[in-house]
Amino acid sequence: MHRVTEKVTLSENIVKTVFEAPDIAKKRKAGQFVILMIDDKGERIPLTIVDSDPVKGTLTIIYQVVGKTTDQLARLEVGDLIQHVLGPLGHPTEIEGIKTAICVGGGVGIGVLYPIAKALKEKGTRVISIIGARTKNLLILEEESRSVSDELHITTDDGSYGRHGFVSDVLKDIIDSGQKVDRVFTIGPVPMMRVVANVTRPYNIKTLVSLNPIMVDGTGMCGACRVTVGGKTKFTCVDGPEFDGHEVDFGLLMSRLRMYIDQEQEARELCRCGKND
Amino acid sequence: MTEQEKIEKKEKKERIPRQGMPEQDPKARVTNFDEVPTGYSPETAMLEARRCIQCKKPGCVSGCPVDIDIPAFIQLVADGDFIGAARKIKETNCLPAVCGRVCPQEDQCEKLCVLGKKWDPVAIGRLERFVADYERKAGTIEIPALPASTGKRIAVIGAGPAGLTIAGDLVKMGHDVTIFEALHKSGGVLIYGIPEFRLPKGIVDAEVEYLQKIGVKIVTDAAIGRLKTIDDLFAEGFHAVFLGVGAGAPVFMNIPGENFSGIYSANEYLTRSNLMKAYRFPEYDTPIAKGRNVAVIGGGNVAMDSVRTALRLGAENAIIIYRRTKNEMPARAEEVHHAEEEGVQFQFLTNPIEYIGDEKGWVRQMVCQRMELGEPDESGRRRPVVIRGSEFKIDVDTVVVSVGTMANPVIPMTTPGLDTNRWGYIVTKDETGETTRKGVWAGGDIVTGSATVILAMGAGRKAAMAIHDYVMSL
Repeated sequence: MHRVTEKVTLSENIVKTVFEAPDIAKKRKAGQFVILMIDDKGERIPLTIVDSDPVKGTLTIIYQVVGKTTDQLARLEVGDLIQHVLGPLGHPTEIEGIKTAICVGGGVGIGVLYPIAKALKEKGTRVISIIGARTKNLLILEEESRSVSDELHITTDDGSYGRHGFVSDVLKDIIDSGQKVDRVFTIGPVPMMRVVANVTRPYNIKTLVSLNPIMVDGTGMCGACRVTVGGKTKFTCVDGPEFDGHEVDFGLLMSRLRMYIDQEQEARELCRCGKND
Repeated sequence: MTEQEKIEKKEKKERIPRQGMPEQDPKARVTNFDEVPTGYSPETAMLEARRCIQCKKPGCVSGCPVDIDIPAFIQLVADGDFIGAARKIKETNCLPAVCGRVCPQEDQCEKLCVLGKKWDPVAIGRLERFVADYERKAGTIEIPALPASTGKRIAVIGAGPAGLTIAGDLVKMGHDVTIFEALHKSGGVLIYGIPEFRLPKGIVDAEVEYLQKIGVKIVTDAAIGRLKTIDDLFAEGFHAVFLGVGAGAPVFMNIPGENFSGIYSANEYLTRSNLMKAYRFPEYDTPIAKGRNVAVIGGGNVAMDSVRTALRLGAENAIIIYRRTKNEMPARAEEVHHAEEEGVQFQFLTNPIEYIGDEKGWVRQMVCQRMELGEPDESGRRRPVVIRGSEFKIDVDTVVVSVGTMANPVIPMTTPGLDTNRWGYIVTKDETGETTRKGVWAGGDIVTGSATVILAMGAGRKAAMAIHDYVMSL
């Protein structure tokens, strides 16, 4: 059992939850994730660990409320319990020997990107962060991102804050300005990661994406999270979650993410009805 | 009097035929997930037990991987002492309710029953199941007196058949045993793989509770290799480690289109349905594709479990696609028979080579080839050979790939000194399962590749003895 110790609503539908998981907090490295299951009738969902506190024995997750499980998670208050948390899973991000990195985050992906930027910064990498959202009040972790970046650029799709446009526009400008960039990390909606990978491809800048497909066990047992990378099938849970963005079949990833869209809606509707009872 | 004469005398006297076990009607059972055979009544069990001629040198026992004293327990059944019979089995087998259901008795104990030479063998599996169920329902499960603590701590990785067996054995020898399980529930393949209609989960839960009552500690949600390495466990004070992690990684065929939505590994399909209870969605949150036209690739027990699950989820056409013929299918005859009764279709000598999807990336058709049988291969089965130009398409909306499993690499990768073979299975030095790493034993599918529940239990039993000797010598 894992007790919730903090909950903060970061924007309209993005929530931060901190909960106890002392063993995982001791081992966890940037880029790794957990599978959690709120109760015994729940679904197992993967969520990247945004931060960990080995002293307090806690993990932090940031997630967007998109379905029944995240909805239920967002309603857990301090003192409530999450029954099952498995982790840390996946390979940690490789952060060694990078002089300059650009971290490109969109929407809730900014939360997932933040620990990577932080780890890079701690290794002495020059970190340029580009974060974006649809509109100003959906933008999260601005201050946190600034604190771990040498440069921070902000975009909104509607121009309500920062530069009017997309994160990929800023990325292209920075690369075109002639700065030497060793690595790009990008996490966000699948279409955004695809565009970012397309921007860096002609420049041959290695671009890592962190994928969040549907998973069940998270230990390499089921293959639900398989993705095609460079024409080969990979399991995100044990081979990833980070892959070379120039090699990922994003179209396939998107269609597999939509596999249960009807059931997800049904479950969420029922959940909401239950709430109003 | 020779055994043969004894049989003939007995047959003349009683002429009891092998007793059938009542089953749910096929039409009714495809609409539910309840268990198919409903078990013997006490009267039927006693009648069946009377068929046993109590051989002096019983063949059946030599066919049992855990050496159950079969004639002794059957005699107790014949005498009406069902609780005594259950305890007799439990002297060497801690999971009789499971084994009575899922062991391939026809290839083990019953195959060597002397009655089988002329008539039908004694229904040993059905009797085992009966007494285990009787004891559980009677609520008289006995907690054995345990020896004084040895002070030795043993970590068991994986709460499947091998791990549960060894944990039970070691705790009964006075050791302090902790099982680490990656999933949120104990049972391994018994809980995620084998469907409710073949092994009700309440039975597995009862067996696990029994182990906990006799002192086995179980830590679920513990991904050993990631959360803690084997080195960490030794550093925490464990004296020995047993690895019973199974051959959990699914094999795909690497054919075009295999990652379309609607295509599952059998592991995923069964895990969703069994462990996550997707067949009870939306009461349970995990969804599963309820296909109308479901193809299951493969001919083993896991393929049968998958295709019968598909029928129960409402498939109009549930088809087994197998590249050899019915004769070569590795599935138990009983499972194939049940599948046939329920309306499963079989496409033998057929192999998929490509999947075709729609604009949403969902599988719609499967391109198959017809095969014919050629010369025998190294397994002794005739090798399937492609018939050129025989391609044809089958309409499908759900596909379950059930062509085997392989070793999961996480523990070997994170354990220095633990050797694996070229398929990733853990190398053991002898039949006790001792690995190349000091203090570490392994058993079950992670050593042998995919096999049976009872063989994994047998491996757990042998390792228990060796680990006991090892920790007591420290």
